[in-house]
Amino acid sequence: MEEKFTDYTTDYPKWDNSMKSTHKILIPNMLPWHFLVMEEILKTEGYNVEILQNESRSVIDEGLKHVHNDICYPCLCVIGQYIDALKSGKYDLDKTALLITQTGGGCRASNYMSLIRKAVYNEFPKIPVLSLNFSGLEKSSSMEMPLKLLFKIMYSVFYGDSIMWCYNQTKPYENEEGAADIARDKSVKLAVDSFKNETYKKYKKINAEIIKNFAAVERRAEKKVKVGIVGEIYVKYAHLGNNNLEGFLLSENCEPVVPALMDFLLYCVVNVINDRKLYGHKAVTAFVYKILYSYVRKRQKAIIKQFEEDGNFEPIHDFEHLRSCADKVINQGVKMGEGWLIPAEIAALAETGVCNVVCAQPFGCLPNHIAGKGAMRTLKNMYENANIVAVDYDPSATKVNQENRIKLMLATARENNGRINN
Amino acid sequence: MTKLLGIDVGSTTVKVTVIENENIIYKTYVRHFSRIKDTVLSELKAVCEKFGGSYSVSITGSAGLGLSQRSGLNFVQEVQAAFIAIRKFYPDADAAVELGGEDAKIIFITGGTEQRMNGTCAGGTGAFIDQMATLLNLSVTEMDEYALKAEKTYPIASRCGVFAKSDVQPLLNQGARKEDIAASIFQAVVDQTVSGLAQGRRIKGKVIFLGGPLYFLKALRKAFVDTLKLSEENALFPENAPNFMSIGAALASVSVEPLEITEIIEKIENVRESDDIVTGEPLFADKEEYNEFVRRHRATDLSFADIASYSGDCYLGIDSGSTTTKLILITPDCRILYSHYQSNNGQPLDVVISKLKEIYKIGGGRLNIRAGAVTGYGEDLIKSAIKADFGIVETVAHFKAALHFNPDVDFIIDIGGQDIKCFKIKNGAIDSIMLNEACSSGCGSFIQTFARAMGMEIDKFSQQGLFARRPVELGSRCTVFMNSAVKQAQKEGAGVDDISAGLSSSIVKNAVYKVIRASGADELGENIVVQGGTFLNDAVLRAFEKETGKNVIRPGIAGLMGAFGAALYAMENAPEKSTLSGEKELEDFTYNSKSTNCRGCTSNCSINIITFSDGRKHISGNKCERGAGLAPASDELDIYAYKQSRLKECLKGGGARGKVGLPLQLGMYEQLPVWAGFFETLGFEVVLSDKSSRNLYFKGQHTVASDTACYPAKLIHGHIESLLEKGVDFIFMPCESYNIDEHCSSNHYNCPIVAYYPELLKANNDRLNGENFIMPYVDLNMTKSAVKTLYTALKRFGVKKRKIAKALSEGFLRLEQYKTDVKAKADEILYKAEKQGKQIILLAGRPYHLDAEINHSINKLLTSLNLAVLSEDSVFEKTEKVRVDVLNQWTYHARLYRAADFAAKTKNVNLVQLVSFGCGLDAITSDEVRAILEKNGKLYTQIKIDEINNLGVVKIRLRSLLAAVSESQRKN
Repeated sequence: MEEKFTDYTTDYPKWDNSMKSTHKILIPNMLPWHFLVMEEILKTEGYNVEILQNESRSVIDEGLKHVHNDICYPCLCVIGQYIDALKSGKYDLDKTALLITQTGGGCRASNYMSLIRKAVYNEFPKIPVLSLNFSGLEKSSSMEMPLKLLFKIMYSVFYGDSIMWCYNQTKPYENEEGAADIARDKSVKLAVDSFKNETYKKYKKINAEIIKNFAAVERRAEKKVKVGIVGEIYVKYAHLGNNNLEGFLLSENCEPVVPALMDFLLYCVVNVINDRKLYGHKAVTAFVYKILYSYVRKRQKAIIKQFEEDGNFEPIHDFEHLRSCADKVINQGVKMGEGWLIPAEIAALAETGVCNVVCAQPFGCLPNHIAGKGAMRTLKNMYENANIVAVDYDPSATKVNQENRIKLMLATARENNGRINN
Repeated sequence: MTKLLGIDVGSTTVKVTVIENENIIYKTYVRHFSRIKDTVLSELKAVCEKFGGSYSVSITGSAGLGLSQRSGLNFVQEVQAAFIAIRKFYPDADAAVELGGEDAKIIFITGGTEQRMNGTCAGGTGAFIDQMATLLNLSVTEMDEYALKAEKTYPIASRCGVFAKSDVQPLLNQGARKEDIAASIFQAVVDQTVSGLAQGRRIKGKVIFLGGPLYFLKALRKAFVDTLKLSEENALFPENAPNFMSIGAALASVSVEPLEITEIIEKIENVRESDDIVTGEPLFADKEEYNEFVRRHRATDLSFADIASYSGDCYLGIDSGSTTTKLILITPDCRILYSHYQSNNGQPLDVVISKLKEIYKIGGGRLNIRAGAVTGYGEDLIKSAIKADFGIVETVAHFKAALHFNPDVDFIIDIGGQDIKCFKIKNGAIDSIMLNEACSSGCGSFIQTFARAMGMEIDKFSQQGLFARRPVELGSRCTVFMNSAVKQAQKEGAGVDDISAGLSSSIVKNAVYKVIRASGADELGENIVVQGGTFLNDAVLRAFEKETGKNVIRPGIAGLMGAFGAALYAMENAPEKSTLSGEKELEDFTYNSKSTNCRGCTSNCSINIITFSDGRKHISGNKCERGAGLAPASDELDIYAYKQSRLKECLKGGGARGKVGLPLQLGMYEQLPVWAGFFETLGFEVVLSDKSSRNLYFKGQHTVASDTACYPAKLIHGHIESLLEKGVDFIFMPCESYNIDEHCSSNHYNCPIVAYYPELLKANNDRLNGENFIMPYVDLNMTKSAVKTLYTALKRFGVKKRKIAKALSEGFLRLEQYKTDVKAKADEILYKAEKQGKQIILLAGRPYHLDAEINHSINKLLTSLNLAVLSEDSVFEKTEKVRVDVLNQWTYHARLYRAADFAAKTKNVNLVQLVSFGCGLDAITSDEVRAILEKNGKLYTQIKIDEINNLGVVKIRLRSLLAAVSESQRKN
């Protein structure tokens, strides 16, 4: 029997697959190189997509105008980027759609979709917003997710991660200005091409090639302060969200260490498995996720092995190791937002000698109260040299204030380095 | 040896120190009034004249970064600079506290070096002290002297200047002693530093205090020493504290290549302003445009009548605002006989009495004041002091006044001293009200404080902005953020005129996008009337017109609109004979004020008793009638009162197996029946934490890790402390990602705070460990797994699994009973309220909003206004499930939406939503609840609550709501 409901929903324009041939889909940027590769994947799937590159102040202004001021900063940036783009006149407003990812967790971030719809609908009532998710949300307006596409995305994340990871270990030390960028562009092209010619599954070959590209760059044997970036997923990665934190750290003569996006995806997968373990939730779902998990893990292990064998770069984090790191600090049941992944990454970084960490979070981020600021004390007790600064990002927090705090962390870092080296 | 030179450029001052052979041979400390480059130059020139020669130089300080980058001189991070100096001069120090103009820092030296700076919030800094002094109309030095003579301190929100202001203002208006307020302000600074910065780490051992405020202000020093319980030899106040960072910078220069002083000066002289700052359009293209603007606005001035010759009827209106007092006396044809606008210096009553006397004197018996009405924050006090005929809620007063200027008005915005009020008018009644409870950037006192910081009077300061060519974009959030935006602009070389114009735009943007949250100008309406003292400022008015793209009406008496509306009200409702105090009566009028604690109940509210010379008393600060010496309103129709006592009845007594402590806060506010039933069945004695109070909060404050979390979360730290003191065997607080599934949402999450706060508590409280703090991860919907988890968690007590299962089902039984009783009570309230013809307020929030310290006893305020009170959990099942636009996957939210649907469809029920400040999730629910109500033609009212206890604003909202409801009823 159909249950009775009072319906307060708005009849938003919905996405249906016939729009694939007519509509251009706009995607907010988060990780420039990963997204370049993903753009290509979606193109090969027949979608007409564009990653938004607008990052001027008017993006933030549009965000401010269209979002409740207590909503977190990432949402504001994303909505701002959409509206600014839609207003630019570059797009046919009858044939444009917006794509956003959704995790469906207990953090308010899972509501971005609704907030975006609401904000966009007021000014652009014809534009459908479609969801990219793996948990069956928004069935009436989401991107079809055949298994093949899922795997493609998985591979692209691996490649993007390796590129980001190697680049950050190369750029600060390159002998010849711009050599690391050339290696990066070459690697991105390699990844993109693998999807064009359907060779993307040869991940060992591709990853080895990426490592080789960067290893070929001549690097100075200088010792720089390494600074890890952890935190809320958007402000951790997106330059728009964190005032180009990586760039700032580079300009401060540091090596930014940005953990892989795959860790976040695996974190989402593991949380479902954990729910089974902690609460006895559905066995079938957990089983499927376990298969998925071991599939991805197998590949991750192989990639780590390649890094180790090559020896030029610090290998990417082993996810099982991250989980065991988490267990020392916080329960893996803390699964909203970035939850236990934040302290896990900080611990894993500290164990590989990266004691200096920027924990980037949107102002007033709820899960971060617990897993970010709340866990600092435990982490500092565990790692004597841990030097962590929590930086809040928000539309009005000025760059000078953020940079000042980071500089303070760097001053301590340099002092610690002096002490440790002597 | 080369001399060492340290330059410290702070947010308000420049400090320069020269060191030679380890001796400080020269030091200066001057305010820079935002002219950083000039000030630094003149200080360096003084050094040049005095010593000449070459120096190893470093710059430090929050505003020094830009100067260093552009001049190419070495930069040292300021905490680092302090660190170097401390090591040099106080090698045995354990910690250092430094307060600067806009920064606050703590350096922990021993036991794990750590340096902490205030984050995006600048509460509790020098700027905050300045701001508070301005509010008290004292110089900072005077405030210090007053504070030393204090007898008591009041609780003042310490997180941010905005909140502190809303605590201080009512105290002022109620006539609390300035001495006590001053001391309370310093105490607030200390609390902010101890809780906000130290974040769970105790400041102990030898502590050295640095920075200007701590050097100059004795009362502040005393407050720190007392709070941290430092002995005399452990509290160090260095002679050269103000210059400390510059000394550090000088010391840090040892390895810097020396430069001739002339060369250093040249490098700084060559610093050019950069193009980094974002600038907006000028307010006026030219003088011509400005003149036209002035002409247009002059058209809405009222005309005057000469009070010295007028004889006949007249009406008095008084608006006793938060910072200013306004009086107006009008003739029956609305000509102004007399008007007055002045800052009340914290003594509104004195202002009113003296002006009223003046009116009587000039009037010489020719005036017949037919009636007088009072509005504003000080309404109650003034009304009872001068026996005015009416007291009306300020929103109604402003609406009345606006109607006079434009009968079609559909939008009113009033920007006053420290508040913004906006209301939309629909069908001739106030439809929605927006007040700035959480933020006062964008208000008059904000510009005023800024103007003073720049060493200027407000008039001159805003005048400068009118013709600025490149107004700076300063963002639109809180004063604190704007302070640092200004800092950045100054760093980039923006002039005073550009900043002034930028501030005007910011204020407007803040009002439009933050308070009103309009997505565009059209949303505001067609016929806008702007008022409030701040709009008398042409720059702000112009910025508003530019931002909205509309010409608006600003009456010439913009600053007096509240008073004018009150006068109009008095005229419309004039009684046969006015009760207003006459000339003779005023001659003999005196009063004295005394602050004390109410003994009416266990809450012990701080109250103020003002005794008038004729023996009458006026009591303020009370939360209920008891404080005012009246019989309290019955709580028969108050579900909050019912729930509070019913919840405690879930404890029925347990056995001797051990004592388990349950912190009554957050999720426990609803699951108490479950856990009480569970543990009592197992033979444990259940001990509840102490009742929430401000003092309980302070008790746990030192373990608060994130100061921007909601108040309920921060309070629980105190609950934990109280349980530890009670000597329980263990404290139980489960982690629950999932709440109980009530089958009306797609999932049933808790918010991250409710779900995982035990993790934070354990990580930040030394006294908690795996033994005495049990925090299992359970999902109460999955009984089998929950039993297993609880069995493991309680293993050491040797409880059998079967017993656990039984105990848990007893727990659920108690929860069911509790819920059933609450719903039955709701039915009773609905029935009786209808019979008695009472309006009902559905005070909707989250379960822990039941806590009287969190809801500030708003339920009692409601019953005193003769209303019945329901809660969201007591009625949500009375309607069908709802579908909403947002993801409906939190148990508490699902209830809110259904409760809103119920209120929307039920006669005589209006919903008021309680929202805790910092609740990120309610940012989502509030919009949705509003939409549900508005779709059904009902008003939405939201009350933001925090640790501040200011029922004044709440009362305005509620009274406005009632006024609007009765207006619409009258119309139908």
